[in-house]
Amino acid sequence: MTEQEEKGGFFNRIWALLGRPSKTTSAGMLLFVGLIAGVVFWGSFNWALEVTNTETFCLTCHEMEQNVYREYTGTVHDTNASGVRATCPDCHVPRPWIHKMKRKIQASNEVLHKILGTIDTREKFETHRLTMAKRVWNTMKSTDSRECRNCHNFDAMDISKQNSRARNRHLEAQNKGQTCIDCHKGIAHELPAGAFDAEEELNKAE
Amino acid sequence: MRFEGDIPVKRVLISTIAFIALGVVLMTGAFAGNLDSLRGNATLSETNEAGDINQVIENGRFAVNYRQQPPLIPHKIEKYQINLKVNQCMRCHNWQYAAKEGAPKISETHYTDHRTGERMDDVVAARWNCTQCHVPQVDAKPLVENTFSK
Repeated sequence: MTEQEEKGGFFNRIWALLGRPSKTTSAGMLLFVGLIAGVVFWGSFNWALEVTNTETFCLTCHEMEQNVYREYTGTVHDTNASGVRATCPDCHVPRPWIHKMKRKIQASNEVLHKILGTIDTREKFETHRLTMAKRVWNTMKSTDSRECRNCHNFDAMDISKQNSRARNRHLEAQNKGQTCIDCHKGIAHELPAGAFDAEEELNKAE
Repeated sequence: MRFEGDIPVKRVLISTIAFIALGVVLMTGAFAGNLDSLRGNATLSETNEAGDINQVIENGRFAVNYRQQPPLIPHKIEKYQINLKVNQCMRCHNWQYAAKEGAPKISETHYTDHRTGERMDDVVAARWNCTQCHVPQVDAKPLVENTFSK
């Protein structure tokens, strides 16, 4: 070890250590330790990903709990005959890995606005509701309602069990190649003022 | 000696006693079970029998029983939003959408201002609260007997 390397602060010494080939440890040992460390890192990464993908996590912010969650309670996705629920991440976080990562990175913007307090009162939430709703509708339209289709499938629908109005509209939608969000807006959360105009605008854009 | 404007003590005393006596009589009557509360005559420790759960009839429309009856709604309206921001009924029943969605259009009377008689482009505020008059049609029996006939 030269004198040059021994000098410097903590980080410099770590850096020097990492750059130097091992003299005493076997390659097998290095591989083994690396493998274990890899398992731990990958595991905790996925664990953190899953923890931030639960209803409980979403509700730790009062912005979610006091607005969108309370509106969601009692809707068909919260409580229904069969007891199968779709909670926040089921609709708002994509399942395919790459899209999930993209959404998770976008969520850092939400952390920023949490710190800024952009929607920390009901009044502020209401002023931003249309913008936020439009954003979600646009995303769902561009992904052909991917998250809805994790559970709902046109081909798996027994239309004979639907009432006549639903049957007609679903057949029509399938023939026209429409997507879920084209009609089903405001099913889990309150609609913002000006929702119908925004809908028209959205449908015109296609 | 009496002056004008003096309160006749005796008369006041008598009417007060009479009032209290009446109150006592009425209250004992109530406690004796003559008064039927909305909860029925179940005591505090009892639990009332649950009411029937009525189903919305979605096939076909009920006939109107009298000329000015608000038509019943032949579908579920659970969780439909009607507030200052949005009225979801309007998304199909307002004039812009009715034909396109194949839904009955709101009656023209609902576009007329009550006080001025002026005809508006949108449903007037006094008619905004749809469910005040229109309710879903259900398989419910009348709660009290009545002799109304068409």
